[in-house]
Amino acid sequence: MDPDEKHTFIEVGGSMNTVVAKSTAPAMSAWAGFRRSAIYMTILCFAIAIMLTVMDRGGFKGKLIYSFSIGIFCWLIIDGGRHVVAALLKRLQIARGEIAYQRTGFPGWGWLIGLVLLGMVMGPILGTTLADFITGNGRFDITTWGSRGGQITMVVTILASLASLTILSSLERLSSARAQAEAAQRAAAENQLKLLESQLEPHMLFNTLANLRVLIAMDPPKAQLMLDQLIGFLRGTLGASRVGEHALSLEFARLADYLALLKVRMGDRLQVSFDLPAELSDVPIAPLLLQPLVENSIKHGLEPNVDGGRIAVAARKDGNTLVLTVRDTGRGLSDGPSDGTRFGLQQVRDRLNALFGGAASFALENATDIEGGTIATVRMPMKTS
Amino acid sequence: MKRATALIAEDEPLLAANLQAELARLWPELSIVATVGHGEAALQQGLKLQPDVMFLDIRMPGMTGLEAAQALAEDWPDATNATDATEGSAPFPLIVFVTAYDQYALQAFERAAFDYVLKPVQTERLAQTCGRLQAALKARSQGESQSSSAPALGAAIDQLRNLLAGSSGLQSQPKAAPLRVIQASVGAAIHMVPVDEVLYFEAADKYVRVITIEREHLIRLSLRELLPQLDTERFWQIHRGTVVRSDAIASALRDEAGKVTLTLRGHKDKLAVSRLYAHLFKAL
Repeated sequence: MDPDEKHTFIEVGGSMNTVVAKSTAPAMSAWAGFRRSAIYMTILCFAIAIMLTVMDRGGFKGKLIYSFSIGIFCWLIIDGGRHVVAALLKRLQIARGEIAYQRTGFPGWGWLIGLVLLGMVMGPILGTTLADFITGNGRFDITTWGSRGGQITMVVTILASLASLTILSSLERLSSARAQAEAAQRAAAENQLKLLESQLEPHMLFNTLANLRVLIAMDPPKAQLMLDQLIGFLRGTLGASRVGEHALSLEFARLADYLALLKVRMGDRLQVSFDLPAELSDVPIAPLLLQPLVENSIKHGLEPNVDGGRIAVAARKDGNTLVLTVRDTGRGLSDGPSDGTRFGLQQVRDRLNALFGGAASFALENATDIEGGTIATVRMPMKTS
Repeated sequence: MKRATALIAEDEPLLAANLQAELARLWPELSIVATVGHGEAALQQGLKLQPDVMFLDIRMPGMTGLEAAQALAEDWPDATNATDATEGSAPFPLIVFVTAYDQYALQAFERAAFDYVLKPVQTERLAQTCGRLQAALKARSQGESQSSSAPALGAAIDQLRNLLAGSSGLQSQPKAAPLRVIQASVGAAIHMVPVDEVLYFEAADKYVRVITIEREHLIRLSLRELLPQLDTERFWQIHRGTVVRSDAIASALRDEAGKVTLTLRGHKDKLAVSRLYAHLFKAL
């Protein structure tokens, strides 16, 4: 499937602007594609005419006319045909209610080979007829297959068709790969923005600042401490996008900053504990991987709970696997999906998937012991640095 | 004139203390009768102490400030019931919402003519609010002799209706297709209950009771989470804790005090309609 139909169309679809004109591509770009395709054909036809002139010693003008006539027909049949057929097939699929999965301008290999064969046969026949008509002689009789001229025409046509097809299709593949890369880049940037937005949630930020404002007058040393924690949190959050990984101890320190800010706000309603064995403190980890889990625990587990509760972040080693858990004693998971949690969880899954493929796992479940709440568990292969 | 009283509902202790200190400076005559940390407490203390003014934080554990205001309006004692009491029923409190950041809520407050203060609380802004509150209380005390609490409550209910209408419109962003089947787990099995069979939903702490003609189920979901998934044309909220399927209603009875009670088709339960939603049932 083509991720960016418009893009492909701009690159190669020039010959068929009538069929794809209802595509959203601006007219200028369509024209640019047509020009590129035409320029390519012109160069090829010139090259063939020059080559034949050299072989035959002379008669460049006539050979150019023949070369162009055949070239134009081949081009219309093969390049134009594939777009027409592909567009028609697509329309048929849509009319049948199926999902149109084909790339623009690619009708499938069967059709393409058929069109190429058709172009190779019909191109020379129609082309020489046209050229004969233009030059006014019947010297180049293509129907006499035995003649040397006929054979040369055939061979040249086949070679030229194959060459142009190869070049065009590789151009197309290149552009679609580029479009795919661009789309992936865009998605990554969007995700990063969304992550940042969720971490620098205005409500959290303004509430923290409101507390800070009060503390400045009431308890300056405590205000300073809180400001330091806010700085640590902001530095961690804003810097996280720039480093690939950091030590587990640093990850825990960032979470401690975040939770310390919340502790000022929630007071006794929030109890925090960390458990990081010394041997694991240098293990590298993707920065702020656990942040969304801690945030969810606070936002959906503890903050809505009148009595608050406890949050415990722990790391342990299980053979060659690093096991990280975020546990809260909050409200637990509800039966219905809650939109707010999805982005954070999806984000953790995506990052684990990107880093470890299927080797890492993530689970979020209700705690079964008396305290209740949720347990989020991340298991990933341990990298030793 | 008796001293004006106020209640502060704010879950963050520092901010609560700060608001109290600022109020003491700007309005020394105001007596803070209670400071509470969550919505339920605001409701209970509000009903018990009947303060003149209530400062309600929006985001609080359990019940939000908005829900607390709504519940207060639903449960506030009736003027007619209170006539025999010695003190009489106090007028409905003036409500000021306090919020850190929520631009949608702010728009909704403004439309519904509610006063609000932003956190961090700016002294000047709070002074303005205090000025407005003092003027409103003065006007109220002057008109007190001839009227009871009814006008204050009526006005507050209109305001709240506006607010609820405004905020629900904003919350239902990309509306997904309404829920068709409720999945209720019973032990290890999951019962599929078509919403067409549901007579009504009733909130029960963090659960919702789902009542059908044959039986009832408990689902682990709050009414707040369930509401956006229901088709509001068919399912009407009639109380903060009750949502009823409109075509399951057999009749609506209004008693002399103005209280509306619903009877259902095929079920003996009677449902009370709160005064916030009583306007839904008017004879044509």
